[in-house]
Amino acid sequence: MLLEVRDLHVEFHTREGVAKAVNGVNYSVDAGETLAVLGESGSGKSVTAQAVMGILDIPPGKISGGEILFQGQDLLKLKEDERRKIRGAKMAMVFQDALSSLNPVVSVGDQLGEMFQVHKGMSRKDSRAKAVELMDRVRIPAAKERVGQYPHQFSGGMRQRIMIAMALALEPELIIADEPTTALDVTVQAQVMDLLAELQRELNMGLILITHDLGVVADVADKIAVMYAGRIVEHAPVHEIYKAPAHPYTRGLLDSIPRLDQKGQELYAIKGLPPNLLAIPPGCAFNPRCPLARDRCRTEEPPLYDVTESPVPRASACHFWKECLHG
Amino acid sequence: MPEQPQPFDDGRAINHTGAGGGTDLAMDEGETLEKTPGGPEGTGPDKKPRSLWSDAWHDLRRNPIFIISGLIILFLVVIAIWPQLIASGNPLDCDLSKAQEGSQPGHPFGFNGQGCDVYTRTVYGARASLQVGVFATLGVTLLGSVLGGLAGFYGGAWDGLLSRITDVFFAIPVILGGLVLLSVVSSNSVWPVIGFMVLLGWPQISRIARGSVITAKQNDYVQAARALGASNNRMLLRHIAPNALAPVIVVATIALGTYISLEATLSFLGVGLKPPTVSWGIDISSAAPYVRNAPQMLLWPSGALAITVLAFIMLGDAVRDALDPKLR
Repeated sequence: MLLEVRDLHVEFHTREGVAKAVNGVNYSVDAGETLAVLGESGSGKSVTAQAVMGILDIPPGKISGGEILFQGQDLLKLKEDERRKIRGAKMAMVFQDALSSLNPVVSVGDQLGEMFQVHKGMSRKDSRAKAVELMDRVRIPAAKERVGQYPHQFSGGMRQRIMIAMALALEPELIIADEPTTALDVTVQAQVMDLLAELQRELNMGLILITHDLGVVADVADKIAVMYAGRIVEHAPVHEIYKAPAHPYTRGLLDSIPRLDQKGQELYAIKGLPPNLLAIPPGCAFNPRCPLARDRCRTEEPPLYDVTESPVPRASACHFWKECLHG
Repeated sequence: MPEQPQPFDDGRAINHTGAGGGTDLAMDEGETLEKTPGGPEGTGPDKKPRSLWSDAWHDLRRNPIFIISGLIILFLVVIAIWPQLIASGNPLDCDLSKAQEGSQPGHPFGFNGQGCDVYTRTVYGARASLQVGVFATLGVTLLGSVLGGLAGFYGGAWDGLLSRITDVFFAIPVILGGLVLLSVVSSNSVWPVIGFMVLLGWPQISRIARGSVITAKQNDYVQAARALGASNNRMLLRHIAPNALAPVIVVATIALGTYISLEATLSFLGVGLKPPTVSWGIDISSAAPYVRNAPQMLLWPSGALAITVLAFIMLGDAVRDALDPKLR
């Protein structure tokens, strides 16, 4: 297994109290596999990724438990210096907003080249040549001429390609893409997603795709982990989840996708708001918003039930998963 | 996905871009490269398109305030280095018999109380004023931005300690501090005065540097650099410092003018520069008692002082306008 997150707990110490952002997350990614992590803002999907990358702001953040095994090695036990050598070289991240994730006063060629200077000790000139190569690889036209240009001179789609090029520069084994297409036009989203998926196949990388867009997920992911209030509430192979969700929250997410055959009808929305992480409801965190909720849900926190029906394992954290799955 | 849709992708870019404004479309047709002349900021061997700095330079060159103040400052710098270019006399060559006399051929500004030529002294006075202004600003900027920058970057206890120290220094009244500290110095060079200004001036820059480093540190690209394996030093020097520099430069340029006038104030009070150093402050101070009989003694050095301070403040203003992206 390339990456295994085991029972990860992350909390943030704020003035108002302790916000429990991640409460016992387990997931794993193998080489060449794509895991989509789905959830609303504040569900802990980005925080989990930051903990894996080791870029969590500590303080106020704190990893209060769990293990992050990367190629069998617990990252949380490594020294900062050793982790830094892994970041960028063996695991890399693609950020949501490429404009703000690129330094406005450094040319893209220099930023791409930085990867080779930092990790491979290359000279500025050699790294410049590598930068052009990378830009070609993510299909930026006229890479040679544009390598000296600054981020604001590129379009949104091109900038995201540059971010992807930076992440892929050293051919890492794992890529974490945090909503890589959210800031893009719909037309460009598909191109960028295809590029990412193609390069992933080519280099046989593990990919963790963090998103709240179910449309993006369907084509590229192998399995899906749905997060809610810092926990994984459903974990399933991608085609099964679309066919029949085993958690009412997943069902709610699927139902809120606009569909052509519903033209004229009101779009479904999950009622209520995501829980305040300073005061997560007792029992099942989703119970105040859940159409299936009953007394048991308000008192007893559901474990992650094994709901496997096919050869691939599947899990749901709902007491009434059977009802959800078959109802 | 084939190459085809990409021009469309690029065309859409105009909506997203902030700083670059309308240059995007033109650039995509490969025009910007010719259009943008390489300013002095274009350091690399390749044709550099616009960055924050070359954009600022582009704006500055078209700003009349910058041109006027720049020419005045250039002139001041030249006569500070080679005063004999426009003044043939010796500022210390005085003739008491001519004391307080008015303008006469060869001595357009008249004579001061000691019978020295006011024109020569005014020209020679530029050197002390500029020395104090430039070196005090350099010292303040270096010390302040290093200390403030580190405090902003590392935060925590070091930041707390430094912030309290800056508070202490802010509490010292400049004039009173000057009277106390400089009155015990007997040297008549410019360095004790510069040292005093650095000592009291760095907290101002330090606060600004700290603030802008904290702002720059929170930028996504710093996080991204970290995620891609950059070390602390690299993040600070390459990603944070260049983006935190603009406010420091602006304040430093404006402060330069105030240091020059502070030198004059301290010299007027008798604790700044001391004769035989020639300085506008000293001359203003010695002219004060004779202002009714010989106004030229006061007028010329204080006029020169006012123009110099004004030029630096105008320059600072122009630089601020050019470096502030919100005004674009």
